[in-house]
Amino acid sequence: MAFQTLLFYLFGAVLLTAAVATVTLRNMVHAALSLILSFFTAAMLWMLLEAEFLSILLVLVYIGAVLVLFLFVVMMVERHTPTIHHRRNYRLVALAVAGVMAAELGAALIAPDFVPASAPMPAPLGHSNTQALGSVLYTDYALAFEAAAVALLVAIVGAIALTLRARPDHHRQNPAQQSRVRKQDRLRLTDGRSEPPC
Amino acid sequence: MLSLTHFMLLSGALFAIGVAGVFVNRRHALVLLMSLELILLAVNTNFIAASHYLQDLGGQAFALFVLTIAAAEIAIGLAIVVVVFRSRETIDAEDLSEVRG
Repeated sequence: MAFQTLLFYLFGAVLLTAAVATVTLRNMVHAALSLILSFFTAAMLWMLLEAEFLSILLVLVYIGAVLVLFLFVVMMVERHTPTIHHRRNYRLVALAVAGVMAAELGAALIAPDFVPASAPMPAPLGHSNTQALGSVLYTDYALAFEAAAVALLVAIVGAIALTLRARPDHHRQNPAQQSRVRKQDRLRLTDGRSEPPC
Repeated sequence: MLSLTHFMLLSGALFAIGVAGVFVNRRHALVLLMSLELILLAVNTNFIAASHYLQDLGGQAFALFVLTIAAAEIAIGLAIVVVVFRSRETIDAEDLSEVRG
């Protein structure tokens, strides 16, 4: 158990450092990379909490797809954008708000009314987190699962519709024109003798 | 001995860092999105910690839904950033006041 505590403090320290770096670094590529690091350490913490499926999902799907997409956009935008200079310094406001919020959360957690549950026993050896999660996901939360799928579909269509643009030099098919074409538009019968090229 | 309070304090600190990021980088649309990601990560960590300590898989199922919606939100948000950048050549969030009444 002491080893787990050590891991918790190690990953927690890396997570908070990477999060601070994400919001303070001027270089946007560095900020995006710190964001990836913080997600990775969070995945390690989730592994510590025996949420193996979500932990792997966070690394494979979230870091692998979403944050790399983030990195693409950052690199695309940053090359042409001069650093945005702050007209006013919001650092004090930020520190005040974040400090008050953290203090409130901490006070609520440390208060004697908040009785944390005792640590559960580690799951038995053959226990599959994926199977357990799937069995609640496809029964109790089936409707929400479908709704999440629809939300992803809407996001796909929305993202493509927003970023798709018609370029003048772009060759594309016109299905209406293709299906309207008749035989005499394309085909010409000759009598087999050579004729001057048109 | 790790308890639920450890994980909740950690995710509370992460949440506060994300909120501070929204204030510090309030002109920079991309870093705003990154701060939102941090906030959602903190919320997810909270859900999973509670799910573990209360032995209820509902928390993990909800964290999965939060991840899904966060991915959709980021896809749309990045698409909007790209469109704004194409038409304006800047992503300064405070210059985007064209639809102001």
